[in-house]
Amino acid sequence: MATMEHPGSIITTDQWEMVSGLTTSLTHDQALWISGYLAGLSHQARSPVLAGGDAVASTPPTAPAPAPAGPTARVVTVLFASETGNSRELATSLAQAARDQGIEAKVADMAEYRPRTLKDTQDLLVITSTHGDGDPPQTAMDFFEFLEGRKAPKLPQLRYAVLALGDSTYEHYCAAGRRIDERLAELGAQRLVDRVECDVDYDDDAAGWIEAVSRALAPSAAPPGPAPAAAGTAAAGTAPVAVPAAFDKRRPFAAAVLDNVVLTGRGSTKETRHVELSLEDSGLTYQPGDALGVVARNDPALVDALLDQLGLPGDTPVTIKQQDTTLGDALAGTLEITAATPRFLDHWAEITGAAELQALLAPEQSKARTAFLQRHHVLDLVGRFPAPGIDADRFVAGLRPLQPRLYSIASSLAAAPDEAHLTVSTVRYALHDVPRTGVASGYLAERTETDATVPVYIQRNEHFHLADDDTPLLMIGAGTGVAPYRAFMQEREARGATGRSWLFFGERNFRSDFLYQVEWQALLKHGVLSRLDLAFSRDATPKTYVQDRLRRHGRDVYAWLEDGACLYVCGDAAHMAGDVHDALADIVAEHGGLDRDGADDYLAALKRDRRYRLDVY
Amino acid sequence: MSTTDQTDRSRDVSQPLDNLGPDETLKAKSDYLRGTIEHSLLDEITAAVAGDDAKLMKFFGLYQQDDRDIRDERRRQKLEPAFSFMARVRLPGGVCSPSQWLKLDELARAHGGETLRLTTRQTFQLHHIIKQDLRPVMRGLRDVLLDTKAACGDDTRGVMCTVNPNLSSLHAQVYALAKQASDHALHRTGAYREIWYGEQREPADGPEEPFYGRTYMPRKFKIGFAIPPSNDIDVYSQDLGFIAVADGGALKGFNVAIGGGLGRTDQAPKTYPRLADVIGYVDAESLMATIDAVMSVQRDYGDRVDRAHARFKYTIDDKGLEWVTAEIERRLGFALAPARPYTFTSNGDALGWVTGEDGREHCTLFIQNGRIVNTSERPMMDGLRAIAEAHEGTFRITPNQNLIISDLAPEDRPAIEALLKDHGLDEFESRSALRRNSMACVALPTCGLAMAESERYLPDLVTKIEALLDAHGLTEEPITIRMTGCPNGCARPYIAEIGLTGRAPGKYNLYLGGGFHGQRLNKMYLENVGESAILEALDTTLGHYARERRPGERFGDFAIRAGYVAEVEEGRFFND
Repeated sequence: MATMEHPGSIITTDQWEMVSGLTTSLTHDQALWISGYLAGLSHQARSPVLAGGDAVASTPPTAPAPAPAGPTARVVTVLFASETGNSRELATSLAQAARDQGIEAKVADMAEYRPRTLKDTQDLLVITSTHGDGDPPQTAMDFFEFLEGRKAPKLPQLRYAVLALGDSTYEHYCAAGRRIDERLAELGAQRLVDRVECDVDYDDDAAGWIEAVSRALAPSAAPPGPAPAAAGTAAAGTAPVAVPAAFDKRRPFAAAVLDNVVLTGRGSTKETRHVELSLEDSGLTYQPGDALGVVARNDPALVDALLDQLGLPGDTPVTIKQQDTTLGDALAGTLEITAATPRFLDHWAEITGAAELQALLAPEQSKARTAFLQRHHVLDLVGRFPAPGIDADRFVAGLRPLQPRLYSIASSLAAAPDEAHLTVSTVRYALHDVPRTGVASGYLAERTETDATVPVYIQRNEHFHLADDDTPLLMIGAGTGVAPYRAFMQEREARGATGRSWLFFGERNFRSDFLYQVEWQALLKHGVLSRLDLAFSRDATPKTYVQDRLRRHGRDVYAWLEDGACLYVCGDAAHMAGDVHDALADIVAEHGGLDRDGADDYLAALKRDRRYRLDVY
Repeated sequence: MSTTDQTDRSRDVSQPLDNLGPDETLKAKSDYLRGTIEHSLLDEITAAVAGDDAKLMKFFGLYQQDDRDIRDERRRQKLEPAFSFMARVRLPGGVCSPSQWLKLDELARAHGGETLRLTTRQTFQLHHIIKQDLRPVMRGLRDVLLDTKAACGDDTRGVMCTVNPNLSSLHAQVYALAKQASDHALHRTGAYREIWYGEQREPADGPEEPFYGRTYMPRKFKIGFAIPPSNDIDVYSQDLGFIAVADGGALKGFNVAIGGGLGRTDQAPKTYPRLADVIGYVDAESLMATIDAVMSVQRDYGDRVDRAHARFKYTIDDKGLEWVTAEIERRLGFALAPARPYTFTSNGDALGWVTGEDGREHCTLFIQNGRIVNTSERPMMDGLRAIAEAHEGTFRITPNQNLIISDLAPEDRPAIEALLKDHGLDEFESRSALRRNSMACVALPTCGLAMAESERYLPDLVTKIEALLDAHGLTEEPITIRMTGCPNGCARPYIAEIGLTGRAPGKYNLYLGGGFHGQRLNKMYLENVGESAILEALDTTLGHYARERRPGERFGDFAIRAGYVAEVEEGRFFND
């Protein structure tokens, strides 16, 4: 790890200082010897030792839980695939819940999991998000290809359960989980509990699934009453306590806005902002590559418009998740009130009985439904299909909780201590002649003057962390996808890192959209950034994109890869990531003398080696 | 100081580069102005070129500029300044054909921010050209036999020539020589063709710059031809001025004036504007030899240590006019004849229609500050394009930034008149005499030197002065007023009756007492003042002038007689 952090309350600060002081002075061999020594001591202290570590590096080391006694003890593998870290978080909770029952559990990231071990696996609990319109997260592509391919083995020994995460504003919103669930059944595995599909407000559904899975896993042969091992654990007082960071998603930190400027110059077709937030006194830390969660509030004008359409006053009492509040407050800060979900469409069709809405509910209408929802937000539905005299509680029951938005952090603590910088593209568009903004980007653009505060938390994104100081970096980013690279370069400059770096950046127009232009110029001049290639799509005919620049320099790109470069791709998932991947495959094929399959294998190997990393959205 | 051997050579081209200013090394090492311009043009990371290349590109008439209105805004946006380039066309005597006009119009619309600027040296400037568009612009100009060579840089600038449309035959003769002089004194480097037209470098066939050598001139060198009685080109502001001498419409030769130059620096008393001295007469046949002789003296003896002291005017004042004249004559191989008598009456333009001695028609349009642009009330650019499409004569750009539609057959006049009327360009006399004699440089937002507004402000200031003129009954009194955004003098403010040079946003030096036809420098009356102080001073002096002027007395002359400012008899006393 690049830096060592205090792992939390598992050990005291004093102990940590001793450990970290010791580790910095150890040679590699000494460290190995000591780790073995400590493991031996631990083994003596509590005989049943945990097999398989928790693969999640950022979670505090958990105290080893004893495995249940007896020959029937099974090992549970919690496998997650995550874009934003939600699946990872749930996987950690699930493993903990299992261990609390005395079940041995290990956590694995699908990005690093060897699918061939499936045939030796006993219990598999899968938590996966869905990316884009029905695709698995980028990091899980290899796993999916294996599982859904011809090489997948029969899995009669396997018991499994799937929790599917998604976002119901997409048509195929839990498809990745569904695909795994159905495929595992096809391969002969036994479903422990039914698949649960969660929308972005997954907390309750996920908790229910975890509980169900835990019950199903509990060894039926176990003697009644508390399992001795579990009791022993409790008695020893070492049951791990959840170690919440000082601030997290549920309790975000109110970060003061230090600066908020539009980066895009006059005449731009876009509005991209640079927002600097203070983390001072929060205790929050992050690494380049991590994301910041922004707990935004809805546009007050939209809240007013919605209240107006509903004909309900803002102070109408409502109850949301057993909490009493007012409709106005709930619409402003608790509920998602922009895009309508299919669930809201169902809900509203039922309430209004509107024939046009009910016609859309038929399963074969899914395309029409998607199109309709793109043209009709909650406000539009309520406006076009009024429900006079509607009860406020009934209305909010169709809405889902307002979700935080994640932004790649564009700064390094080494360069900007106690700060987190964001690069935010303000989403603005008109629908039915009414100007609309994105929830968080509109909030950051229009309702966060300097001195305001923004509720934030850190979302770890290990997968996109910065490679070692000596590793060459190939950084490919379009638009706001350049944000983490700014963090990388700040970090490398502060560390005096000597590894080469090469940025491919794409946007629309050179003059207005060259985000952080003077900073890249200075980084180049000072040699922190070794190369910079630009693609401004609307300046050139034919349009030029980052993948075209990659191809132009294909020979050099391949040479960098052969030299061990770590490849990062950040930005648009819908087109850019795929186009970049195709360009890379072509480059590898041409300059590596490979056919397309060979090139795909080459890139797959890069991904496995964590030298091809994606952060796309 | 009568021979070459005794004069001080410690600051001129005879010294090793290390003893001279850094620009001399830059020029010498540039491989005849090539530098790394090709590389800079390919650099996609910036809209600018490397600093040295920006200097070299001036020799090709290209100035790197940025939009200063948004410089600070872009700094906060972490964007570099909004760089673009100004291209100044080489247009000796300001004469261009309708097809050249149409090409310039096309290039301006495609690459130049949909505007053209007529300049005080009778040419066009295209602004707002981005780096990638430079080559298309240069090649477009080539298509109509135009270039931008030496429109800036340490070489001969665009050669000026009186536009006087009345004297058709004499103008034709002098203009032909002005064009020949421009071609004659031009730099020869192949860099221009290679960089802008993409031609291969040709093997050197003799020295690449037989006249200039690798360090060119110490500073810019301006040549102009005046045809009395008009001194529209301000011949005394030229490094080398020629005053045409004719006999019954046939050109005989020229009085030679040397050492004019208006640039100065505030708070630097050793810098000053200077009017040229008439040193004698040469026959027309000796014109090119005279140019070579004069330029070579400056080339060899000009100060190459301090660029602020490098213009020919300082060489003359340092070495002495007599010495310089003798050196010119030595190089010519003959003595100059005594100057012939001549008379100037004005340096302004007569607006509207005139008929030349040959019966051809000419129409001078007032183009405020030389700015050609479409506005909602006046589609000037469209109108001039329509005229260029119909016109079979020529256009002439005047040194006062106005435009002459020149050389029409009488039967073609009605069609042009109709086009002028259709586009609101026919109001020749509806403006005050002051406005018609006003001139401002470009300044903000594009000029990198500007310290205050000029082109964008002078029209408003003139409106306010017009109210004073009206109150004092002076509306029809021609008075010259010129404004620049800095002290460098592009709009020749130091020979205006009312001169204003920018010091800071909203602050100007006010000069009074310039000669109406460019014969005398003015003198500073107020320093670094704002609009209210300027208007107050003008109200007082103009009121006084209206009451007590003598018959025919000009405002500039009155300002001296009434004691508002002292007469400046020589440039070196300008700052006294």
